[in-house]
Amino acid sequence: MLAVDVSHIVKSFADNVAVDDLSFSVAQGEIFGLIGPNGAGKTTSIRMMMDIIKPDSGDVTILSEKLSEASKNKLGYMPEERGLYKKQTVIDSIIYLASLKGMDKHSAEEKADELLNQIGMLPHKGKKIEELSRGMGQIIQFIVTIIHDPELVILDEPFAGLDPVNTELLKRMFTDLRNQGKAVVLSTHQMNEVEELCDRILMINHGRSVLYGNLTEIKSSYRSHSVILDFEGELGEVPGVIEKRTHKGYVELVLDENTTPKQVLERLVSTGIVINRFELATPSLNEIFLEVAGKNHE
Amino acid sequence: MNKTLLIFRHEFLYTIKRTGFIILAFALPILALLGIGVFHIVSGITKPPTEVTRIGYVDEAGGFDQFTTQGNITLVRFDTQEAATQALITKDIKEYSVIPEDFISTGIIKRYVMQRELMPPPTTMTAIKNFLTSNLLAGNVPTTTVERIAAPLNLVTTTLTATGVVAPEQGGYGNFVIPAVFAVLLALAIIFSSTYVLQGLGEEKENRLMEILLSSVSTRQLITGKVLGIGAAGLVQVVVWVVSIPLLLNLASSSIGGFLSTIKIPAGFLALGVVYFILGYLLFAVLSAGVAAISGTVREGQGLAAIFTVPAVAPFWFVSLLMLFPDSPIWVVFSIFPFSAPVLVMLRIGLTGVAAWQLAISIAVLMLSIIGGLLLVAKLLRTYILMYGKRPDLGEIIRNLRSA
Repeated sequence: MLAVDVSHIVKSFADNVAVDDLSFSVAQGEIFGLIGPNGAGKTTSIRMMMDIIKPDSGDVTILSEKLSEASKNKLGYMPEERGLYKKQTVIDSIIYLASLKGMDKHSAEEKADELLNQIGMLPHKGKKIEELSRGMGQIIQFIVTIIHDPELVILDEPFAGLDPVNTELLKRMFTDLRNQGKAVVLSTHQMNEVEELCDRILMINHGRSVLYGNLTEIKSSYRSHSVILDFEGELGEVPGVIEKRTHKGYVELVLDENTTPKQVLERLVSTGIVINRFELATPSLNEIFLEVAGKNHE
Repeated sequence: MNKTLLIFRHEFLYTIKRTGFIILAFALPILALLGIGVFHIVSGITKPPTEVTRIGYVDEAGGFDQFTTQGNITLVRFDTQEAATQALITKDIKEYSVIPEDFISTGIIKRYVMQRELMPPPTTMTAIKNFLTSNLLAGNVPTTTVERIAAPLNLVTTTLTATGVVAPEQGGYGNFVIPAVFAVLLALAIIFSSTYVLQGLGEEKENRLMEILLSSVSTRQLITGKVLGIGAAGLVQVVVWVVSIPLLLNLASSSIGGFLSTIKIPAGFLALGVVYFILGYLLFAVLSAGVAAISGTVREGQGLAAIFTVPAVAPFWFVSLLMLFPDSPIWVVFSIFPFSAPVLVMLRIGLTGVAAWQLAISIAVLMLSIIGGLLLVAKLLRTYILMYGKRPDLGEIIRNLRSA
């Protein structure tokens, strides 16, 4: 069963087409990255998935059905802009928002205690939201998102404004969700964050899909025929290398069509230099995006 | 539990825990109880003035020597002004007046006192006036006529019904007090409650909680739960007053009496008060929700809400005109105009009463306005509730409403 199936959705605001014929699907047990620059149409797409706004055309199916009051209870959503009832206590806020997801008070309180304890925030449960730091508030928001054990979790810019410690904490929790078989949709413009987390991605720009598929496969397809080398010693001519690009701390060797990285490694070892790092040069998602966006622009 | 009910319960409990809400609900009963208590304490330790006040007079005109006792005031005759001044200095008298020779032609009385005052005390004025009148008329007309001239009129008005029998409500201030006080409270309750709706939605929009809520419930569930939850809390306020007013009135009437015992609650007034609160609140709450939808911040929304809260309290500005010309057709028009109807109808019930057909039209127009407001606001909410930043101008709103 697909967690999300989006088919040809279009949404315009006045004269601006925010989302233009977008289609994608998310399977259960995967972390799916919805990536693109600011204003690409990510949040609008998510709001259509959540049935907060209606698409002008196209279909959205969540957990194999149109979103209904009952199926909304199977979703967890953490929007980009975060907020909770400032005057309410942490526990009251969690219980109220969990009750809107169909949980009864007793189980919500029990689960809240468990999650707060897990992240070391149990002593703060009686505090008002306004007394918490921004980072702590975001963690509480994440607890609100997952407390009802949703089958699909949608997170819009989850790392925005978080310190490295809390970022790591969230990443660990996302991975745990995937391991539990949940589908996680992670929308962000920080492409480096998704590289280590996502199984598949959809890259959008100006509301249109520009890249879609398995992250490893996408990166492989954009891989240039070159290797990264960090070494000590004198590097002379290496057969099969047609160009040397010097970067800070490493050299990128561009290979000719008939030479494999394995052959170059053997040749380098035979020259007697000390090799500290040797790896296939894979472009970052950011570089891939710039290349794709550039092509589209042309 | 139904999600609308969950939101209803949350909003109801959140509102009744607000300090402002608690103060408004219980301020009237507590203040009234305090007032009754203070009256008993003060009346218990203060004795009514029984001491006779002596004031002097010098009769240069002649013939003013009878009727020297006027209530608690005794008029003491002096032969000369010097003697009167001496008595004033020694505090034998409190003040004295000189009746000049030409008093009959000029009417001038010269009064001398030892202390500055804003104006002569009314009791002294009345005593001197009656003393002069009685002496002037003595011997010319019978004593009873003298008394009648001193107090010529004791107007007793009886209001009759259409069939000519004595009406159960006789009007006057006694009938106006409760509706007037209730109109103020009603206006406060309606404005406060609808402000809570505006604040609640505005904060949820400002805090960006709206998206989380809308990922769990529909816009309809959110607005219905919120408007009814806060409205129920407002109704609790009104019920506290409706229950406490007759009880307090009985207590005040039996223990204090006087004017308070003449205060009456017009028939059907409390029921109409509840009806007008519910309708008035629903109209204002629905419009507040619309204002919250198009406003970027709570502060901006509160400024915009003045467009309909000002007409709600406007009847109070014209209350003196209303008392002078209670039958003017303009009041009928504004009793039907939905924004001013709740307060104006309450005030008019206390003054002259409101015809049944006017009440029926007023209530019907309020209901239609609520339905129209709901349809309009639902569109506004769907379009603007998740839009942040600059508030849309009127042209943009109309364009969006047409295309929605």
